[in-house]
Amino acid sequence: MSPARPRLAVWKFASCDGCQLTLLDIEDHLLDVAGALDIAYFPEATKGEVEGRYQLSLVEGSITTPHDAERIREVREMSETLVTIGACATAGGIQALRNWADVDEYLSIVYAEPRYIDTLSTSTPIEHHVRVDFELRGCPISKHQLIEVIDAFCHQRKPGIPRHSVCVECKLRGTACVMVAQGIPCMGPITQAGCGAICPAYDRGCYGCFGPSQDPNIDSLAAWWKRLEVSDVDLVRALRTFNAYSPEFREASEAYERRA
Amino acid sequence: MSAEREIAVDYLARVEGEGAMYLKLKGDVVEDLKFKIFEPPRFFEAFLVGRRFSEAPDITARICGICPIAYQTSACNAMEHAAGVRITSGLRDLRRLIYCGEWIESHALHVFFLHAPDFLGYESAIAMASDFPERVEAGLRLKKIGNRLMSVLGGREIHPINIRVGGFYRTPTRAELEALVPDLEWALETAADTARWVAGFPFPDFERDYEFVALQHPGEYAIQEGRIGSNRGLDIAVEDWGEHFEESHVAWSNALHARLKTGGSYHVGPLARYALNSDRLTPRASEIAEEAGLGAVCTNPFRSITVRVVEIAFACEEALRLIDGYERPPRPHVEVEPRDSVGFGASEAPRGLLYHRYDIDGEGAIRAAHIVPPTSQNQLSIEDDLRAYVPGRTHLPDHELQWQLEQAIRCYDPCISCATHFLDLTVERG
Repeated sequence: MSPARPRLAVWKFASCDGCQLTLLDIEDHLLDVAGALDIAYFPEATKGEVEGRYQLSLVEGSITTPHDAERIREVREMSETLVTIGACATAGGIQALRNWADVDEYLSIVYAEPRYIDTLSTSTPIEHHVRVDFELRGCPISKHQLIEVIDAFCHQRKPGIPRHSVCVECKLRGTACVMVAQGIPCMGPITQAGCGAICPAYDRGCYGCFGPSQDPNIDSLAAWWKRLEVSDVDLVRALRTFNAYSPEFREASEAYERRA
Repeated sequence: MSAEREIAVDYLARVEGEGAMYLKLKGDVVEDLKFKIFEPPRFFEAFLVGRRFSEAPDITARICGICPIAYQTSACNAMEHAAGVRITSGLRDLRRLIYCGEWIESHALHVFFLHAPDFLGYESAIAMASDFPERVEAGLRLKKIGNRLMSVLGGREIHPINIRVGGFYRTPTRAELEALVPDLEWALETAADTARWVAGFPFPDFERDYEFVALQHPGEYAIQEGRIGSNRGLDIAVEDWGEHFEESHVAWSNALHARLKTGGSYHVGPLARYALNSDRLTPRASEIAEEAGLGAVCTNPFRSITVRVVEIAFACEEALRLIDGYERPPRPHVEVEPRDSVGFGASEAPRGLLYHRYDIDGEGAIRAAHIVPPTSQNQLSIEDDLRAYVPGRTHLPDHELQWQLEQAIRCYDPCISCATHFLDLTVERG
């Protein structure tokens, strides 16, 4: 008798649905994944629901409401392995811009009945609330990396997700450096690989949607950008997009904001 | 028969985002009915303030991972309108072409994965795959073809990176686009076959007299620009949206409800586009609509699945036409210099009209932003549908009535993630 297939659950918190959509976007492998794992909870795709424990939980989105701060604890308790997917879940996402906002000023953009709404003043990554077994980055995540994480789970091995910078992917792809050759400000040197270095291949500088690479040298990049006549204000803005609340980007943006 | 019954669905499945439904019946009378959106509010309009006008396409794309091109296009339209720039010829064609990819991808997801299982009695497409493997595989391949068109032009299918105010960062070569032709030809014929399949689904006998609202454009089935029209004589420029429509905030939804100032609910999306523009469909798509028995207007929301398939066929045929006539533009984008002004932009997201308005200063910083996504415009129409659907069906057992009402909601392909982006809120300080 073959053992029961591990159960997969997909959970959503504050997010755009793009990362869980990636699971449906692995078109050629979707039915294989459905064969290897029992897709037990995935409301975006199925009405079916299996209660109980899940061997693998994929969590999308950030924590922005008191209710969600509670719900993530319940998800953790039900999950043997919990993997966060995407910039919202791993770094608070674009929603984390509220973490620097003057909340009263936000409130001054008046809506009819703000009392109907229940929210927190912050957007925080899942690991600020519960233990996370693995973080898969990206805004959105890469489908190849998602398959790698699922495959690693099935074989009980560590996912092979490199922490080096996008620059490595440009070299592998044979893309001439847009910063050196075209003078386009690029965040590639401080951004984790995984997207396949798409932006430089389209004559555009990387905008950091995979978050910081391991030990990013942000001061060095800032000096290069200065030579390209990028102001500190624009540098802070570039650091504060989809991974603004990751520790490295956050520290740097606060330091350069003080200087600006 | 005056017993009270309550039917509550706490978490609607197979919709994008977090929604719920509540129905209270007293005998045959609907006492209370709510389509609830409890997706956490997200502050997009608030944090766009102070950002550069050029950042709006990438930031607003993050409102929705399923229709990012819609957000990017409406944002570009608005910023170009503010700057007094118009995108023409080849760049305009490319913008329409990538949008075709999004319609194919998003409609294929809805038709095969979110909606067809309802009619065939499955919990999901994955469960459906054992009995209908060819259909599910065809659906996956259609979706992949839409995604591939988006990634060739946009760099990737979710949150494409190649769209900018004024055009693109890099335009594709003719050879890159021609490589898509065989797949698109296959997709067109698969859509024709799929239309025959879904046209035979068991549709409830249910018609509604909607006010349909959609973009209209002379000579083409409007996608990426146009004037706002309706089947009751509305014909306005996008910048006049605020004179004819208004939004209100109700306690049970984290998304604002939009309505016509002159009346109540209105309907946006495939049925509305089809009702207003079916005479401008491409030839093969017209034939497919006729074969499926659609007529010039379709007012049964359950048959929106057929209209979506017709729109998949249209998007494939239109993409083939655009690729056939493609010549690489001399420059990937036109320069857009910001000026102190207000810009308006709209486009037809897969789920319907998507309206953006930005107030920008002379340096290009955003002073105010206003975004009205399709699902917030359809909320009232969804509730009106449910209210009209229940009478005469109250004899059904709860689980059957609930299943049918959930289906009625899914007819709209509601994107709840989209709908919750423009609320302000009370803040609990932690």
